[in-house]
Amino acid sequence: MKTSFTVNGQAASLDLDPRTTLLDALRERLDLKGSKKGCDHGQCGACTVLVNGRRINACLSLAVTHEGDEITTIEGLAQDEALHPVQQAFLEHDAFQCGYCTPGQICSTVGMLKEAGDGWASLVTEDLTADTVLTDEEIRERMSGNLCRCSAYPQILAAIRTAGGLA
Amino acid sequence: MKPFTYERPGDVATALALVAEIPGARFLAGGTNLVDLMKLQIEQPTHLVDVSRLPLAEIEDTAEGGLRLGAMTTNSQVAADPRVRARYPALAQAILSGASGQLRNKATTAGNLLQRTRCPYFYDTTKPCNKRAPGAGCAAIGGISTNTAIFGASEACIATHPSDMAVALTALDAKVETQSGAGEARVLAMEGFHRLPGDTPHIETELRPAEMITAVVLPPPPQGGQIYRKARERASYAFAIGSVAVAGGKVALGAVAHKPWRAEAAELALEQGASPAEAMAAELKGARPDGHNDFKLKLMARLGAACLTTTGAGDDQ
Repeated sequence: MKTSFTVNGQAASLDLDPRTTLLDALRERLDLKGSKKGCDHGQCGACTVLVNGRRINACLSLAVTHEGDEITTIEGLAQDEALHPVQQAFLEHDAFQCGYCTPGQICSTVGMLKEAGDGWASLVTEDLTADTVLTDEEIRERMSGNLCRCSAYPQILAAIRTAGGLA
Repeated sequence: MKPFTYERPGDVATALALVAEIPGARFLAGGTNLVDLMKLQIEQPTHLVDVSRLPLAEIEDTAEGGLRLGAMTTNSQVAADPRVRARYPALAQAILSGASGQLRNKATTAGNLLQRTRCPYFYDTTKPCNKRAPGAGCAAIGGISTNTAIFGASEACIATHPSDMAVALTALDAKVETQSGAGEARVLAMEGFHRLPGDTPHIETELRPAEMITAVVLPPPPQGGQIYRKARERASYAFAIGSVAVAGGKVALGAVAHKPWRAEAAELALEQGASPAEAMAAELKGARPDGHNDFKLKLMARLGAACLTTTGAGDDQ
């Protein structure tokens, strides 16, 4: 089935088996191997990409449903030689060990910071009608969809604080 | 996944007609549960009718002073809506306590109601399950699972409904609006929308074949406090092992039954002047734990009493 979308600013047009997930289309058809397949069931977050600016699990989304969408993967965050501020913060804080979850962590962070900037609340937000303040507790709750089996969470938290201008 | 065909009609009438006409066709919304179950071949649709882009994604004020949540609103969208946060905090809390940010960005209001149980025996295709194969038997009964029903279970099924959102909607007395092929529209009360398992646990709601949820309607917010609290086995991103929604004098319990469980005995006790602990004790008199899930009695007694105390439910009765 013919499907067209934009990936990291480039138009892509693919003839897809409807069973193809967005994750498999990115990795196997477009050779963008940054997005990782961890659990393949939406439980680990390693496949997180941005679709029209919002973070989703690419493993649970059929590629044919993304006609016309603007998709951003880890490969699309840097501008020329300049790393995205979230990528730079992860480097500075050594916010990974094996690195397998890192592309998902970084894409999720970019999406999460936008959600917070848009004033979205989380479960740990005391006053649902107040402005969003990204405390450490808020960051942890909002990032709970991304697992790190090396448990680099303290550094990931520190990196997100820096990237979010909170440190 | 088994092979299937896919199409994305532009209007509700076409979507309804397609699912009515094509054997094995299913609606696809956010897909966060359906696609996962298709990977496991627990769900095997022959044709997917993508309804995610139908014009059903608005949140509108109703003339009665409530809100109409379009079926295709995302969980994130509903939880972020200022009207929901200000007037239906129990609903915002319930949604935000479910899944992860990524999943809530895809999952829809209608899809949340129609998600399947997370009973491990439903997922384990090497074990019998009356939901997967009616008449096969239930491996959860006598199995090792602890997150099973204490209310309304049957000899065919002891699974629970996993939604947080639906528990809050039940306490808020929401209504489900639907349409079906012939253009027929229905309105179902949330309380009666999901079914108890009986001897047909594979039939989980009162929806008819090829009937589509088009909206969930919230009545004006009730007088009194609201809260949703959830107990789970890790601090975030896990299904409930027990949850409580309170909205005014209405109480609903989650992860204790095949449907969001309206705690009518507790509500009645509160009306008659019972304390929060007494009200929960009245409700839990009707519970039938199975030996593996006995912990839910104490959990729900404490969680429920805490929620009723926090909201002051019953204080002015």
